[in-house]
Amino acid sequence: MQLGRVVGCVWATVKNASLEGYRLLLVQPLAADLRDTGKRLVCTDWTGAGAGETIYWVRGREASIAFFPDQPASDATIVGIVDSVHCAATKSKPARRQAERH
Amino acid sequence: MILARVVGTVVATRKDPRLEGKTLLVLKPVSPEGKDEAGYVVAVDTVGAGYRERVIAVSGSSARMAEGCKDVPVDTAIVGIVDDVSLD
Amino acid sequence: MLIARVIGELVATHKHPSHEGAKILLVQPLNLDGSNRGDAVVALDAVDAGVGDQVLVTTEGFSAMTAVGRTQSPIDMAVIGFIDHVELVPGVA
Repeated sequence: MQLGRVVGCVWATVKNASLEGYRLLLVQPLAADLRDTGKRLVCTDWTGAGAGETIYWVRGREASIAFFPDQPASDATIVGIVDSVHCAATKSKPARRQAERH
Repeated sequence: MILARVVGTVVATRKDPRLEGKTLLVLKPVSPEGKDEAGYVVAVDTVGAGYRERVIAVSGSSARMAEGCKDVPVDTAIVGIVDDVSLD
Repeated sequence: MLIARVIGELVATHKHPSHEGAKILLVQPLNLDGSNRGDAVVALDAVDAGVGDQVLVTTEGFSAMTAVGRTQSPIDMAVIGFIDHVELVPGVA
Protein backbone atom coordinates (compact mmCIF):
# COMPACT_ATOMS: atom_id res chain seq x y z
CA MET A 1 0.00 0.00 0.00
CA GLN A 2 1.04 3.62 -0.33
CA LEU A 3 0.10 6.95 1.16
CA GLY A 4 -1.75 9.43 -1.00
CA ARG A 5 -3.91 12.51 -1.01
CA VAL A 6 -7.20 12.89 -2.84
CA VAL A 7 -6.74 15.72 -5.32
CA GLY A 8 -9.74 15.31 -7.56
CA CYS A 9 -12.57 13.33 -8.94
CA VAL A 10 -12.90 11.66 -12.33
CA TRP A 11 -16.21 11.35 -14.11
CA ALA A 12 -16.64 8.82 -16.88
CA THR A 13 -20.06 8.14 -18.28
CA VAL A 14 -18.84 5.50 -20.64
CA LYS A 15 -16.84 2.91 -18.78
CA ASN A 16 -16.38 -0.81 -18.49
CA ALA A 17 -19.53 -2.41 -17.08
CA SER A 18 -17.56 -3.76 -14.13
CA LEU A 19 -16.85 -0.16 -13.06
CA GLU A 20 -20.47 1.01 -13.11
CA GLY A 21 -21.38 2.72 -9.86
CA TYR A 22 -17.81 3.13 -8.62
CA ARG A 23 -16.38 6.49 -7.58
CA LEU A 24 -13.17 7.30 -9.34
CA LEU A 25 -10.83 9.65 -7.49
CA LEU A 26 -7.61 11.27 -8.54
CA VAL A 27 -4.84 10.51 -6.04
CA GLN A 28 -1.43 12.11 -5.58
CA PRO A 29 0.96 9.56 -4.01
CA LEU A 30 2.79 10.85 -0.92
CA ALA A 31 6.11 10.10 0.74
CA ALA A 32 6.52 9.48 4.49
CA ASP A 33 6.83 13.22 5.18
CA LEU A 34 3.55 13.72 3.26
CA ARG A 35 5.18 15.55 0.37
CA ASP A 36 4.03 14.75 -3.15
CA THR A 37 5.91 12.02 -4.94
CA GLY A 38 5.36 10.46 -8.35
CA LYS A 39 2.51 10.77 -10.78
CA ARG A 40 -1.14 11.21 -9.91
CA LEU A 41 -3.37 8.27 -10.68
CA VAL A 42 -7.01 7.26 -10.77
CA CYS A 43 -8.25 5.04 -7.93
CA THR A 44 -11.54 3.38 -7.20
CA ASP A 45 -12.67 4.29 -3.70
CA TRP A 46 -13.77 1.98 -0.93
CA THR A 47 -13.84 4.60 1.83
CA GLY A 48 -15.84 7.60 0.68
CA ALA A 49 -12.80 9.87 1.03
CA GLY A 50 -13.09 13.56 0.14
CA ALA A 51 -10.81 16.07 -1.53
CA GLY A 52 -7.70 16.92 0.46
CA GLU A 53 -7.84 13.86 2.70
CA THR A 54 -4.80 11.70 3.28
CA ILE A 55 -5.53 8.11 2.45
CA TYR A 56 -3.72 4.86 1.82
CA TRP A 57 -4.30 2.87 -1.32
CA VAL A 58 -3.56 -0.60 -2.57
CA ARG A 59 -2.27 -1.40 -6.05
CA GLY A 60 -2.49 -4.35 -8.39
CA ARG A 61 -4.94 -7.23 -8.42
CA GLU A 62 -5.62 -6.70 -4.72
CA ALA A 63 -7.26 -3.38 -5.60
CA SER A 64 -10.16 -5.29 -7.07
CA ILE A 65 -10.42 -7.59 -4.02
CA ALA A 66 -11.44 -4.63 -1.84
CA PHE A 67 -14.91 -4.95 -3.33
CA PHE A 68 -15.09 -8.76 -3.06
CA PRO A 69 -17.24 -10.56 -4.24
CA ASP A 70 -17.54 -7.84 -6.91
CA GLN A 71 -14.50 -7.61 -9.12
CA PRO A 72 -14.25 -4.24 -10.79
CA ALA A 73 -11.50 -3.81 -13.35
CA SER A 74 -9.42 -1.62 -11.06
CA ASP A 75 -5.71 -1.68 -10.30
CA ALA A 76 -5.72 0.95 -7.56
CA THR A 77 -8.19 1.35 -4.69
CA ILE A 78 -8.34 3.66 -1.70
CA VAL A 79 -8.79 1.34 1.31
CA GLY A 80 -8.37 3.65 4.31
CA ILE A 81 -8.54 7.27 5.42
CA VAL A 82 -5.45 8.20 7.45
CA ASP A 83 -6.12 10.07 10.70
CA SER A 84 -2.49 10.55 11.64
CA VAL A 85 0.98 9.32 10.79
CA HIS A 86 3.36 8.62 13.66
CA CYS A 87 6.76 8.82 12.12
CA ALA A 88 9.95 10.80 12.73
CA ALA A 89 9.84 12.08 9.13
CA THR A 90 6.34 13.48 9.54
CA LYS A 91 6.73 14.61 13.18
CA SER A 92 3.45 12.86 13.99
CA LYS A 93 1.32 15.42 12.26
CA PRO A 94 -2.39 15.00 11.82
CA ALA A 95 -2.93 13.85 8.29
CA ARG A 96 -6.22 15.52 7.58
CA ARG A 97 -6.13 18.78 5.65
CA GLN A 98 -9.12 21.01 4.97
CA ALA A 99 -11.20 17.97 3.99
CA GLU A 100 -13.74 19.70 1.81
CA ARG A 101 -16.19 16.98 1.04
CA HIS A 102 -17.83 16.81 -2.33
CA MET B 1 11.25 -14.69 -14.83
CA ILE B 2 14.46 -12.78 -14.46
CA LEU B 3 18.14 -13.60 -14.63
CA ALA B 4 20.03 -12.68 -11.49
CA ARG B 5 23.13 -13.51 -9.54
CA VAL B 6 23.36 -14.48 -5.89
CA VAL B 7 25.20 -11.85 -3.86
CA GLY B 8 24.28 -12.60 -0.26
CA THR B 9 22.09 -14.13 2.40
CA VAL B 10 19.41 -12.72 4.66
CA VAL B 11 19.38 -14.03 8.21
CA ALA B 12 15.96 -13.71 9.82
CA THR B 13 15.28 -15.79 12.92
CA ARG B 14 11.82 -14.51 13.68
CA LYS B 15 9.65 -14.76 10.58
CA ASP B 16 6.41 -16.16 9.23
CA PRO B 17 6.33 -19.84 10.33
CA ARG B 18 5.84 -20.95 6.76
CA LEU B 19 9.24 -19.50 5.92
CA GLU B 20 11.00 -21.64 8.56
CA GLY B 21 13.81 -23.67 7.07
CA LYS B 22 13.83 -21.74 3.82
CA THR B 23 16.99 -20.07 2.60
CA LEU B 24 16.61 -16.39 1.79
CA LEU B 25 19.16 -15.14 -0.73
CA VAL B 26 19.91 -11.65 -1.96
CA LEU B 27 19.79 -11.44 -5.75
CA LYS B 28 20.99 -8.75 -8.08
CA PRO B 29 19.26 -8.77 -11.47
CA VAL B 30 21.60 -9.15 -14.45
CA SER B 31 21.14 -8.62 -18.16
CA PRO B 32 21.45 -11.61 -20.52
CA GLU B 33 24.97 -10.31 -21.26
CA GLY B 34 25.75 -10.65 -17.56
CA LYS B 35 25.78 -6.95 -16.66
CA ASP B 36 24.36 -5.91 -13.31
CA GLU B 37 21.04 -4.14 -13.39
CA ALA B 38 19.61 -1.76 -10.84
CA GLY B 39 18.14 -2.91 -7.55
CA TYR B 40 18.07 -6.20 -5.69
CA VAL B 41 15.51 -8.63 -4.43
CA VAL B 42 15.30 -11.15 -1.61
CA ALA B 43 14.24 -14.58 -2.87
CA VAL B 44 13.54 -18.02 -1.43
CA ASP B 45 15.93 -20.63 -2.79
CA THR B 46 14.36 -23.86 -4.07
CA VAL B 47 17.35 -25.28 -5.96
CA GLY B 48 20.35 -24.96 -3.65
CA ALA B 49 21.94 -22.02 -5.42
CA GLY B 50 25.28 -20.74 -4.15
CA TYR B 51 27.12 -17.44 -4.05
CA ARG B 52 28.08 -15.97 -7.40
CA GLU B 53 25.85 -18.35 -9.31
CA ARG B 54 23.60 -17.03 -12.04
CA VAL B 55 20.02 -18.06 -11.44
CA ILE B 56 16.49 -17.82 -12.79
CA ALA B 57 14.01 -16.23 -10.41
CA VAL B 58 10.26 -16.14 -10.77
CA SER B 59 8.36 -13.32 -9.13
CA GLY B 60 4.80 -12.40 -8.24
CA SER B 61 2.14 -14.92 -7.33
CA SER B 62 3.81 -17.44 -9.65
CA ALA B 63 6.61 -17.76 -7.10
CA ARG B 64 4.25 -19.82 -4.97
CA MET B 65 3.80 -22.30 -7.81
CA ALA B 66 7.41 -23.36 -7.32
CA GLU B 67 7.95 -26.73 -5.69
CA GLY B 68 8.27 -26.22 -1.94
CA CYS B 69 6.71 -22.77 -2.03
CA LYS B 70 3.07 -23.73 -2.07
CA ASP B 71 1.15 -21.49 0.32
CA VAL B 72 4.39 -19.92 1.52
CA PRO B 73 4.33 -16.12 1.63
CA VAL B 74 7.00 -15.49 -1.00
CA ASP B 75 7.02 -13.13 -3.93
CA THR B 76 10.27 -14.23 -5.53
CA ALA B 77 11.66 -17.76 -5.78
CA ILE B 78 14.86 -19.06 -7.34
CA VAL B 79 13.77 -21.83 -9.67
CA GLY B 80 16.89 -22.61 -11.69
CA ILE B 81 20.64 -22.29 -11.89
CA VAL B 82 21.79 -20.96 -15.24
CA ASP B 83 24.38 -23.02 -17.07
CA ASP B 84 24.61 -20.80 -20.08
CA VAL B 85 22.75 -18.10 -21.97
CA SER B 86 23.15 -17.91 -25.71
CA LEU B 87 22.26 -14.74 -27.53
CA ASP B 88 21.57 -14.59 -31.25
CA MET C 1 10.83 -9.67 -0.89
CA LEU C 2 12.48 -6.43 0.14
CA ILE C 3 14.62 -5.35 3.05
CA ALA C 4 13.04 -2.39 4.81
CA ARG C 5 13.06 -0.40 8.04
CA VAL C 6 9.93 0.40 9.99
CA ILE C 7 9.78 4.19 10.27
CA GLY C 8 6.29 4.82 11.53
CA GLU C 9 2.75 3.77 12.13
CA LEU C 10 -0.54 4.99 10.66
CA VAL C 11 -3.78 5.58 12.47
CA ALA C 12 -6.83 5.14 10.27
CA THR C 13 -10.25 4.89 11.86
CA HIS C 14 -12.15 4.45 8.64
CA LYS C 15 -10.57 1.63 6.69
CA HIS C 16 -11.36 -1.61 4.96
CA PRO C 17 -12.77 -4.09 7.54
CA SER C 18 -10.08 -6.62 6.63
CA HIS C 19 -7.47 -4.20 8.00
CA GLU C 20 -9.18 -3.86 11.39
CA GLY C 21 -7.03 -4.93 14.30
CA ALA C 22 -3.82 -5.10 12.29
CA LYS C 23 -0.95 -2.70 12.79
CA ILE C 24 -0.48 -0.47 9.74
CA LEU C 25 3.20 0.29 9.38
CA LEU C 26 5.05 2.84 7.33
CA VAL C 27 8.16 1.08 6.06
CA GLN C 28 11.09 2.47 4.12
CA PRO C 29 12.53 -0.01 1.59
CA LEU C 30 16.33 -0.07 1.70
CA ASN C 31 19.12 -0.65 -0.77
CA LEU C 32 21.80 -3.20 0.04
CA ASP C 33 24.08 -0.39 1.27
CA GLY C 34 21.39 0.68 3.74
CA SER C 35 20.36 3.79 1.83
CA ASN C 36 16.70 4.52 1.11
CA ARG C 37 15.24 2.87 -1.94
CA GLY C 38 12.42 5.05 -3.21
CA ASP C 39 9.62 6.29 -1.02
CA ALA C 40 8.18 4.72 2.10
CA VAL C 41 5.26 2.34 1.64
CA VAL C 42 2.40 1.18 3.82
CA ALA C 43 2.41 -2.48 4.91
CA LEU C 44 0.32 -4.51 7.31
CA ASP C 45 2.19 -6.13 10.16
CA ALA C 46 2.29 -9.93 10.50
CA VAL C 47 5.09 -10.28 13.07
CA ASP C 48 4.54 -7.47 15.62
CA ALA C 49 7.29 -5.20 14.33
CA GLY C 50 7.94 -1.71 15.66
CA VAL C 51 9.67 1.49 14.68
CA GLY C 52 13.38 0.98 14.01
CA ASP C 53 13.16 -2.74 13.20
CA GLN C 54 14.79 -4.02 10.04
CA VAL C 55 12.25 -6.27 8.39
CA LEU C 56 11.44 -8.45 5.43
CA VAL C 57 8.53 -7.17 3.36
CA THR C 58 6.61 -9.22 0.84
CA THR C 59 5.23 -7.32 -2.12
CA GLU C 60 2.87 -9.92 -3.46
CA GLY C 61 -0.81 -9.89 -2.59
CA PHE C 62 -1.59 -13.50 -1.69
CA SER C 63 1.56 -13.80 0.42
CA ALA C 64 0.70 -10.58 2.22
CA MET C 65 -2.91 -11.60 2.78
CA THR C 66 -2.15 -15.03 4.15
CA ALA C 67 0.71 -13.76 6.31
CA VAL C 68 -1.72 -11.39 8.00
CA GLY C 69 -4.28 -14.19 8.06
CA ARG C 70 -6.88 -12.46 5.91
CA THR C 71 -7.59 -13.91 2.52
CA GLN C 72 -9.66 -12.05 -0.05
CA SER C 73 -8.60 -8.69 1.34
CA PRO C 74 -7.02 -5.72 -0.36
CA ILE C 75 -3.49 -6.12 1.02
CA ASP C 76 -0.48 -5.88 -1.28
CA MET C 77 2.35 -5.65 1.23
CA ALA C 78 3.06 -7.17 4.62
CA VAL C 79 5.94 -7.35 7.06
CA ILE C 80 6.67 -11.08 7.35
CA GLY C 81 9.98 -11.30 9.22
CA PHE C 82 12.65 -9.59 11.29
CA ILE C 83 16.04 -9.40 9.63
CA ASP C 84 18.89 -10.15 12.00
CA HIS C 85 21.50 -9.29 9.43
CA VAL C 86 22.28 -9.40 5.73
CA GLU C 87 25.48 -11.12 4.69
CA LEU C 88 26.89 -9.90 1.42
CA VAL C 89 29.74 -11.76 -0.20
CA PRO C 90 32.74 -9.45 -0.42
CA GLY C 91 33.69 -8.77 -4.00
CA VAL C 92 30.50 -10.29 -5.32
CA ALA C 93 27.79 -7.86 -4.21
